[in-house]
Amino acid sequence: MASSQTWLFRPFQERSTQIFLGVLFSALVLVTFLHLFMPQDSALHVSAYTVTLLGKYLCYALLAVAVDLVWGYLGILSLGHGAFFALGGYAMGMYLMRQIGDRGTYGDPLLPDFMVFLNWQELPWYWLGFDMAWFAFIMVLLAPGLLALVFGFLAFRSRVTGVYLSIITQALTFALMLAFFRNEMGFGGNNGLTDFRDILGFNLRSDATRLGLFIATGVALAIGYVICRGIVTSKLGRVSIACRDAEARTRFLGYRVERVQLFVFVVSAMLAGVAGALYVPQVGIINPSEFSPLFSIEIVVWVALGGRATLYGAVIGAILVNYAKTVFTGVMPDAWLFALGALFVLTTVFLPKGIAGLLQKDRKASATDDAPAAQEATA
Amino acid sequence: MSIFRLLAGLVIAWCIAFGPSLATAQVQDDAAQTLLQRLVEASNAERTAVLKHISESGDERARGWLEAFSAGKLATVKESGATVLVLNNVGRNWNIASALNGEDMGKVSRRDLATVRVNNSLRKEVEGLLAVIDLAAQNPDVRLAAARDLLGEVDGALVAQIEQRAQVEDSTAVRDMLTTALAIHQLEQGDVSAVETLSGSLNANARAALNNASNSDDPVLAAAAVKALESIEQKLKMNRAAETLYFGLSLGSVLVLAAIGLAITFGVMGVINMAHGELIMLGAYTTWGMQQLFPGQPGLALILSIPAGFLVAALAGIAIERSVIQYLKGRPLETLLATFGISLILQQLVRTLVSPLNRSVVTPEWMSGSIMINEALSLTLNRLYVIGFALVVFAGLMLIMRKTRLGLEVRAVTQNRAMARSMGIKATKVDILTFALGSGVAGLAGVALSQITNVGPNLGQNYIIDSFMVVVFGGVGNLWGTLVAGLTLGTINQVLEPWAGAVLAKIMVLVMIILFIQKRPKGLFPQKGRAAEG
Repeated sequence: MASSQTWLFRPFQERSTQIFLGVLFSALVLVTFLHLFMPQDSALHVSAYTVTLLGKYLCYALLAVAVDLVWGYLGILSLGHGAFFALGGYAMGMYLMRQIGDRGTYGDPLLPDFMVFLNWQELPWYWLGFDMAWFAFIMVLLAPGLLALVFGFLAFRSRVTGVYLSIITQALTFALMLAFFRNEMGFGGNNGLTDFRDILGFNLRSDATRLGLFIATGVALAIGYVICRGIVTSKLGRVSIACRDAEARTRFLGYRVERVQLFVFVVSAMLAGVAGALYVPQVGIINPSEFSPLFSIEIVVWVALGGRATLYGAVIGAILVNYAKTVFTGVMPDAWLFALGALFVLTTVFLPKGIAGLLQKDRKASATDDAPAAQEATA
Repeated sequence: MSIFRLLAGLVIAWCIAFGPSLATAQVQDDAAQTLLQRLVEASNAERTAVLKHISESGDERARGWLEAFSAGKLATVKESGATVLVLNNVGRNWNIASALNGEDMGKVSRRDLATVRVNNSLRKEVEGLLAVIDLAAQNPDVRLAAARDLLGEVDGALVAQIEQRAQVEDSTAVRDMLTTALAIHQLEQGDVSAVETLSGSLNANARAALNNASNSDDPVLAAAAVKALESIEQKLKMNRAAETLYFGLSLGSVLVLAAIGLAITFGVMGVINMAHGELIMLGAYTTWGMQQLFPGQPGLALILSIPAGFLVAALAGIAIERSVIQYLKGRPLETLLATFGISLILQQLVRTLVSPLNRSVVTPEWMSGSIMINEALSLTLNRLYVIGFALVVFAGLMLIMRKTRLGLEVRAVTQNRAMARSMGIKATKVDILTFALGSGVAGLAGVALSQITNVGPNLGQNYIIDSFMVVVFGGVGNLWGTLVAGLTLGTINQVLEPWAGAVLAKIMVLVMIILFIQKRPKGLFPQKGRAAEG
């Protein structure tokens, strides 16, 4: 890459990125201000609960950006990104678990509660090192990254694409879900990891830590967005879009399609892992249900609703759908699956370009790399 | 005079006809009365002999007496001295019946009755005697059960009787069982030749006896027993393998049923239908609904639900095709998402309309139970039916695709849509019919599944990923591939399960498929020629 010094900074010159970052940071500042300086009983006060909820939405938004990177710009519909999200989450969860120390129910200084409960005598080898924050944070990137590397290497090398790849990614996350449900795996089985106390020495249950995590998530989203934007506007990004639109033609032009695919796929998996790692301390639990195929496919519908190949569309979609989910499951839980199902159908049939497509229509977009090309070319 | 003679003749005739039977009955009752009397009055030591007499008397009531005796329900009425059977010994007043003719004698205060005492060694004695009585029963099943009870329970006193029985026994199964019982007894006595008889037996008692013998002090006996055990182990292994294969085929045929509809819609039409699992679920719920319509006739309901399940699922499929899929032609990833949405809606619909809990579907009598091949191997009937059903459905689909006009048109549209249309084939109509066929087959799968698994809103979800794996593994657009892949995956899963556990086996199969796709991205039987270019 000839423009390696500048690729990360190029996005800042784009209008869409400037607007996105502007909106995101003003939202962060606004929420912080309303939380800290508004009196408790004021209608404008943002409670710690809401701050955490917003933080959760931002994690989902980052995850959606990761999915949009592979789906929108590479043409790979991954139905298994929940797996990368959950792996990042588990890496963080293991760190938080070790931080509990002897404050657990059983008071064992070394073993987490569930291991004591299962009568384990010593810590499994893959838990070693997770008491150190730096190691755990590296694993947040490495665990999903490695899985994506191996899986992607095998899949792209044999040119598994399109629907096949989607189904196989779904099988991947399904298999992982089954595996993590097993107690013998040493990840807490059905109950997962929970009962966390503190992170980097800050008490997880204090409002200040929650606000800090919320802001950290916002910053992570901003960084993730800029990285993705940087990738898609670089030369690599253009090749990746070429792979999406005409894989065979790109290959004949001399590009190593599978390498491009592998690189973008691994970056996306790592971003998903970071989202998962930020998600876990905020919701306070990680369990195998994050691996469920339903969750992975839900992510895709956030992106589809927001608009593919725009990145900011993914953020809009993730926040909108999850806000709707919060409202629905609170008011009438039975109706949520109907609404979600209808959302899948209506978005694909009537809104193929998502909400971002509607925005662009008004704006009469310059229609270069932002407009998602027809899918037929790859299928 | 003539009338008188006639009457006399009638009387004589009557006497000849019924006299002897009356007389015998009287004699038997007398003999029986004596025997019972002796049993009541005898000391515990003498009772063994009396019990034996009773069992050998050939009286058909003997069984009831012995059972009553061993249960402590044989008693005498203190006043009359009559021997009675106690029917119900709860409370103050007991229901009794005459031991001789079974006549109900109503309730009697328990103070007026003297029960015949029994102890454990006598009870054991009675058990053996009862088995011997049953060995002479008319029904071969009763005889077989009795012979089975004798395994390991034979003692010196019974040997002669059992040998005698074995000679006149005409059912091979019963005779073999008796031989085994005798051999176990001989083995316990330290007879080496008995090892030979037992070496082929898969019976658990025989194995236990051999195990004991292998620890015996007699080196010859121990060596022979060890050798026999080895040969039994070999045989058991074969049986276990056969059982695994059966389970594998049965799981495989379920997979084939679930996947074959998908092979049509996905393989032939190129449409990803994530709601396929929910169409299966609809078929299963149709079966449940039919059984609600015909309460008490599960068999009839099941047979009727075959066409009904097909129709319900096919209509649902047509609705899906018309309302959503036709607008997403040529956009497989969007189709996948939209049909996934439909699957969520269908699931929630069932949860709301029927119940979020599993419904129970009754298995008709002719489908429950199992066929016993030998001591170690029995095949459950419902799975056998499912295997058969899967093969029939497969053959039917094959016929439709190969021999009918519809099949011809479907293949034409698959290979070259534009060309087929210019030849006058109505492609839209073919799409609808193909989708209806694939969906209907999913409904059939649901009917079959309702017999071997729980019918609940999540039924479809559990099969959808497996079904896709079968189609991908077998090669898209190839029904034979689906059959082979389904049966193979089912068998592999069952082979792995015993030593890896159910969950791990499933994971291993998934990983294996992912690796397999590396080698052959287009599945076991890839499409060749023009169809492959799509």
